[in-house]
Amino acid sequence: MLTARLAWFSRRGKWLIILPPLLFLFVFFLIPFAFALKISFADIAVRVPPFTDILTVGPGSHINLDLNLGNFKYLFSDDVYGLSYLYSLETAFFSTLICLGLGYPMAYAIARTKKSTQSILLLVIILPFWTSFLLRVYALEGIIRESGLLNTALLRLGLIHQPLQIMHTTFAVYLGIIYSYLPFMVLPLFATLEKLDHSLLEAAGDLGSPPWRAFLEVTLPLSVPGIIAGSMLVFIPAIGEFVIPTLLGGPDNLMIGRVLWDEFFGNRDWPVASAVAIAFLVLLVGPIALYQHYSTKQLES
Amino acid sequence: MQARISPLPITILGIGIAILYLPILVLIGYSFNASALVSVWGGFSTQWYTQLLHNDQILDAAWLSLRIGVVVSTLSVLLGTLAAVSLVRFRQFRGRLLLTGMVNAPLVMPEIVTGITQLLLFISMLHLFGWPHRGFTTIVIAHVAFCSAYAAITIQSRLAGADRSLEEAAMDLGAGPVGAFLDTTLPAIAPALISSWLLSFTLSLDDLVISSFVSGPGASTLPMVIFSKVKLGVTPDVNALASLIICAVGACVLLAGYLMQRAERQRNLEIAEAG
Repeated sequence: MLTARLAWFSRRGKWLIILPPLLFLFVFFLIPFAFALKISFADIAVRVPPFTDILTVGPGSHINLDLNLGNFKYLFSDDVYGLSYLYSLETAFFSTLICLGLGYPMAYAIARTKKSTQSILLLVIILPFWTSFLLRVYALEGIIRESGLLNTALLRLGLIHQPLQIMHTTFAVYLGIIYSYLPFMVLPLFATLEKLDHSLLEAAGDLGSPPWRAFLEVTLPLSVPGIIAGSMLVFIPAIGEFVIPTLLGGPDNLMIGRVLWDEFFGNRDWPVASAVAIAFLVLLVGPIALYQHYSTKQLES
Repeated sequence: MQARISPLPITILGIGIAILYLPILVLIGYSFNASALVSVWGGFSTQWYTQLLHNDQILDAAWLSLRIGVVVSTLSVLLGTLAAVSLVRFRQFRGRLLLTGMVNAPLVMPEIVTGITQLLLFISMLHLFGWPHRGFTTIVIAHVAFCSAYAAITIQSRLAGADRSLEEAAMDLGAGPVGAFLDTTLPAIAPALISSWLLSFTLSLDDLVISSFVSGPGASTLPMVIFSKVKLGVTPDVNALASLIICAVGACVLLAGYLMQRAERQRNLEIAEAG
């Protein structure tokens, strides 16, 4: 009786567990991309929804497939899109580097403290991540705006005579990204640095290697997995960032997320917005996903 | 181990923590400023908090966001648990690769792309079936789609590390596979269930981009209202609201962390005593 039930369960019953998440994510996460792909081949139209059908059934049951490649051609003809892709890449790359420069010593310092101090410091690093991202970006504005804390302090000290223009500059965008994503860099770095075998460092020291050389030749190479993981966690959300360039950046800081938003809500050109999204996916997200897939596979084997 | 540590990393750690906390502390300070001008300190006042209580737009949005958050995180933990059990316990089934991909994809997918594609789906569905109307339902569906992925990953790692021997013993004693799982493994993965519920709740409560796309007229979540107010300029009542949210979330996370750590210690103790 029991073994029969077990056999039934492992043969059929397991689908009761597998199907709900599989179907839900399939319908509401994967299928939407098919719709975006379809609409990226449509034309803008004055109707609801604002695009033409690419599949129409003509007289005599003719099925017309009307693929409009114009949207993709448009992406290549208008510089805005290409430039904003490159600009997003550049911004994400350099803010990841700065996060690494700041986050590595932080993680290193935490890994070198006592266990009890470690857990408190980790909590201090993680806590901002739980509080609202949008509100933290807004909070940053209170420091760097023209009448904000930084300018007020510098003016009072007499270091400057006119308030610095920090808001709506590229600098503010970098500051926002670093401020928001620094915890993502510190945590994986800490995880690798904490596991580091200290006897290796002692051995290097015993053999007469100065601390900086031991660091460069032992610690740094061994922490590469943490560097990669942390960099990915910063780079990936930074590249599609919308809130930070919109709230803190100026008109020049056209990152791809902002262009997409404007195309959709401002110009209401859904077909072009879909084409931008699809191109974004193929050119930027695809390579990252493939890289992650192969690196985890390599790690497993 | 902590023998020699040069002052440079410690200094940078201090600077880093200051960068993380200074804006939040300044914001909380501003929220008690009697003056509406940020540069002037007009004395201590709680007027912005009182004003908040009379702002129907913000209260409605907060109520909507909380309702969405509770429904989303509950559904996400349910679906996430099922997905985690599927991936950890059933080694081979059709669609395993697909499920793995869909669980991991939201981690690398820019929200703005997810938002646009989901809106296009909802519009086409409404066109074809007359359902769903944009608002509460579509926001919940869109949020569950990414929150359940985060929940699945959190629960998956805990489940993979869980000891199966108790569950097997329960089955040997005559429990069915589902009953054995509920009685033995479920309590062991409970911390992961709680943390993924909290994670889903904060992700849902904080989401601006996806909600903005899939929401319809009349359904503005709290981040949507805050975003539109902030874009217009300095808003002292948002300072008060932000301080409230940040303190409430901070307190909840600390409390949950403390309770979970205590429960974990208790459980380990019991296992040690039994063993």
